[in-house]
Amino acid sequence: MALDNIEKLLEKYFEATTTMAEERVLQEYFSQEEVATHLEQYRPMFTYFSKAKEERYTKQVPLKPRKNFYKWISVAAVAVLTFGIYFGNEYRIQKQVEREQAAYAYQETKKAFELLAENFGRGTEKVAYLQEFEVAKQKIYNNN
Amino acid sequence: MKQAEFLNVVMPFKDKLYRLAKRLLVSREEAEDATQEILLKLWSKNESMAEYKNVEAFAMTMTKNFCLDRLKSKQAGNLKLVHSNYTDENVSLQRQIEAEDSLSWMERIMEHLPEQQKMVLQLRDVEHYEFEEICELLDMKPTTVRVTLSRARKAVREELIKKHSYGIG
Repeated sequence: MALDNIEKLLEKYFEATTTMAEERVLQEYFSQEEVATHLEQYRPMFTYFSKAKEERYTKQVPLKPRKNFYKWISVAAVAVLTFGIYFGNEYRIQKQVEREQAAYAYQETKKAFELLAENFGRGTEKVAYLQEFEVAKQKIYNNN
Repeated sequence: MKQAEFLNVVMPFKDKLYRLAKRLLVSREEAEDATQEILLKLWSKNESMAEYKNVEAFAMTMTKNFCLDRLKSKQAGNLKLVHSNYTDENVSLQRQIEAEDSLSWMERIMEHLPEQQKMVLQLRDVEHYEFEEICELLDMKPTTVRVTLSRARKAVREELIKKHSYGIG
């Protein structure tokens, strides 16, 4: 093993001038069983870095709800709108029919009242004749 | 974009987002929350996602900004006290159980680095990003990245040497 080389690389490593490949060489060197005793002190550093890379994010991310929430809100809104228009229209037609019926009933009642009034008129005409009786009666009384 | 497509795009780098968040926020729960937040934000933008040429870089930058914001707001509020209390406890507990474990020692060294150094170290030595990518992600100049990386590595080395010689002596 070229210990010289490793030492040189270490020096470069601490000056932060090593390339990725050179760092991999160091990583590999420190991951083996036998490490020169005077370099042993650096071992935790490299083992730690490779260990740290093994940590995983295991939590589940709840992605669905928010997205679907909006989708269903719009579906519900459309449904409410359609129902509103449909039943609203029906209600309006119903109202119109009612109004027509009321107008018809009004006309009919008016006709009935007119008929009544006409007949009343005829009644008073007949009653006017009674006046003649009264006049005749007076004449008779006066003559006696 | 359908959910399945989205997951296909996101799957390869969601662990990277989580690890970066954890590097910055330390606590596992906080990092999980942050990752979820970022993924949901991405999902809400999924219509325009095709326009981004590099979704991964975009997501990493989002994560970085989100975590830094979290840290800032934590420092401003009382949360920081609570949080540092929590980690302190944790560390002392860990110290008892795994005092000899060099990995947890490394973890602790990493925790005490400044944020910039944490991020550069995370991106380069853990995730193996190229320098150009790191520049883009962190919005830093290439020379600054190198300097920061070098400082971070040296800081770690110093702590390790301290610990090592302490172990021997």
